Amino acid sequence: MKQFAELFEVLDRTNKTNDKIEIIREYFSKANDDDKIWVLYLFSGGKIKKKFNTSRLKEWAIEYANIPKWLFDESYNSVGDLAETISLILPDKEIHTEKTLSEWIEYIEDINKVKEENRKEKIIEAWKSLNQNEKFVFNKLLTGGFRIGVSQKTVINALSELENIETNIISHRLMGNWHPERITYRDLLNSENIRDEISKPYPFFLAHPIEDKPEELGNPEDWQAEWKWDGIRGQLIHRQGELFLWSRGEELVTEKFPEFERIKNFLPDGIVLDGEIMCYENESPLPFNLLQTRIGRKNVTQKILKDAPVVFMIYDVLEMDGVDIRFKTLKERRELITNYELRITNGMFLKISKTIDFQSWDELRLIREKSRENLTEGLMLKRKDSAYQVGRKKGDWWKWKIDPLTIDAVLIYAQKGHGRRADLYTDYTFAVWDNGELVSFAKAYSGLTDKEIKEVEDFVKRNTLEKFGPVRTVKPELVFEIACEGISESRRHKSGIALRFPRISRWRKDKKIEEADSLESLKKLLK
Amino acid sequence: MSSTNKLLHFTKKGIYCPQAQVYIDPWSSVDKAIITHAHSDHARPGSNHYLAHKKSVPILKHRLGKDINVNGIEYNESIEINGVKISLHPAGHIPGSAQVRLEYKGEVAVVSGDYKLEDDGLTEAFEPVKCNTFVTESTFGLPVYKWKKQKEIFDDINNWWRQNKEKGKASVICGYSLGKAQRILFNVDKSIGRIFGHGAVTIINEAMSNEQLNLPLIEKANSTFTKKDFVGSLIIAPPSAIGNPWLRKFEPYSLGYASGWMNIRGAKRREGIDIGFALSDHADWNELNTAVKETGAEKIYVTHGYTAVFVKWLCENGFNAEELKTEFIGESDQE
Repeated sequence: MKQFAELFEVLDRTNKTNDKIEIIREYFSKANDDDKIWVLYLFSGGKIKKKFNTSRLKEWAIEYANIPKWLFDESYNSVGDLAETISLILPDKEIHTEKTLSEWIEYIEDINKVKEENRKEKIIEAWKSLNQNEKFVFNKLLTGGFRIGVSQKTVINALSELENIETNIISHRLMGNWHPERITYRDLLNSENIRDEISKPYPFFLAHPIEDKPEELGNPEDWQAEWKWDGIRGQLIHRQGELFLWSRGEELVTEKFPEFERIKNFLPDGIVLDGEIMCYENESPLPFNLLQTRIGRKNVTQKILKDAPVVFMIYDVLEMDGVDIRFKTLKERRELITNYELRITNGMFLKISKTIDFQSWDELRLIREKSRENLTEGLMLKRKDSAYQVGRKKGDWWKWKIDPLTIDAVLIYAQKGHGRRADLYTDYTFAVWDNGELVSFAKAYSGLTDKEIKEVEDFVKRNTLEKFGPVRTVKPELVFEIACEGISESRRHKSGIALRFPRISRWRKDKKIEEADSLESLKKLLK
Repeated sequence: MSSTNKLLHFTKKGIYCPQAQVYIDPWSSVDKAIITHAHSDHARPGSNHYLAHKKSVPILKHRLGKDINVNGIEYNESIEINGVKISLHPAGHIPGSAQVRLEYKGEVAVVSGDYKLEDDGLTEAFEPVKCNTFVTESTFGLPVYKWKKQKEIFDDINNWWRQNKEKGKASVICGYSLGKAQRILFNVDKSIGRIFGHGAVTIINEAMSNEQLNLPLIEKANSTFTKKDFVGSLIIAPPSAIGNPWLRKFEPYSLGYASGWMNIRGAKRREGIDIGFALSDHADWNELNTAVKETGAEKIYVTHGYTAVFVKWLCENGFNAEELKTEFIGESDQE
């Protein structure tokens, strides 16, 4: 457990991917196999079977620490993380034990088996045998709130270096519904598998952003334009009767989209498609945040399948009849896709991204203005005679994104943040004018520098009008520009609107609150 | 600041003893000021007369001006003003830091300034002083602040330095230039490598050097040295160095921060540092409670920090405690 708690602590310290890879590699080179398989499982988003009721844990911690509830709550407000708060207020380690991570996990699973009234005793006994760091990790295991800030890709890179196995093979071996109780670390990683090769994706070809001057690209006739759909870029592979879906982060996400399995029934074998994974219904895209319900979850439930219907929007074809055709021109590859059009679109879950006809750049410029209306992020421009290259190369592929919407809004509430920003007022609520009153319409967190955060912090402390629990009402004085990707109607919000991906784009120190936007003007932006 | 007490009045200018006509750590200029220690939120310029512990005198002169009128006395040495017996007692916060004890007609009040209970080896260790009225800080007045033993923290610091050295990196550790920096310098394992100081640190070291602190001499990390000199070394710098281009000359380096706030993960990550060490010169939750108890005081005034929380806690535990608004800051980025 000590090793794992240390691993967690050092990973927490750094945000450099290379350092993380090094740290994980180091851990895996030392830890025992029983622990390693659990760490792999946890790092892949796996959870311990049953989550503990957090209010119970809190109760027991308060009792064991022998402090009043209000003092616990004050502490929690200041720390911003329940598992950490509990680990800090409890007395020091009292019992000496040397349990490993996997033994502690077993211990936790066993607690679930004993009667409710005996659980407290088991938990407190555990707290007594762990130091502060270990208590923290143990509590995280109990509450299922493990966010390690390590992507599966980082873990895969680390393992690849250590085990000397290619990354995409490791990705593949980590796929599936394996569980540490049923497979060993060695068996999982060394499962020589014929499927290793067939799941292999091609590196993605990525576009560069273009500013507002497509004219510089030359003759419009040489260019293909299409919508830049707002989903997750992906590669769909159908080889030897099996289907694999890779995200642009080169993560294998096949399991998050179980309905795609049916694509095998009508998509020819030996094909690799490049496209966008997106939520889509009734011939229209759905908001991006629906898609997020699919990602980062080990199990995709029936409800999610129903609420977040998905399609794979095809941009390009990279392999056909088992042959790499990336060298062909875009025009040729495009024809190959459209030849399949009938077969493909008759089936479900596959769409072909339509190209946009245009004669001049000015005409395209007008079309681009409809991007938001069409729920896209803008346009893609691809040279018709371009091959499918590797990585982000300048010249042949460009993205011409629309500018975000911006709104000038007034800061009216502030609340302490969580995690990195615990103990600072960094959760802000903003308001716009409605009939001479300021009404709240959005919350936003990111976008300020640490220095600005400190400035706002000082302002909040000096200009608090009221306190409701952790929320402070502040004097309306500061104006911020809020950027967002779109505005839609919402019955959940008092203002009647909801913003997509709101964030603070800058602090308008030059503006007075009278100059902030009005709700009326925002409603005009509704689709 | 309407609160009154027999011995102490709490006025706009600070904590005041009307019988002796002295202020303790006033935040405006006054005639007579007794200074608990030389951190800038406690020692402010502009007063006519200052009284402090002998070790504080050179720092006060350095910070408030060479020409200030300041008297230094020893711990437990008492002076009398208009019938009030005044003496200083070790507060354990930084070298020379003192609790101020005032006694008049059998009534005793103690203003503790900033303090910690653990003996750090360099600072005169805190001594509990029995009193009727006790004024305490509460910078870390939450039960989530409980310090590890100093030895464990310095083991961590030494290990971090050693590992950085192995990787060919410099180790930059930030902490208050007055107090924390010397505590670090005094306690780190000097056999690991060479130690440098930021100018703000070395100048305080010099000011303190007359006071027989037994501090090893360290060089100022200035442009006479090249990157090669810094490889594997430890550089002690003030917190203001975090995020400052001054750090570039040490590249590649690892950046550490020694402060009580580092006990919380969120605070560590917020600072943009590589590693945080929860090394504080203030009392933690347990120490605050112990200190209050040991004074035996009937009345506790709680100043800077988690005042409301600590007052409520003390009252629930049978103490007569009250919040006192002051302009002291406690442990922050500013000194």
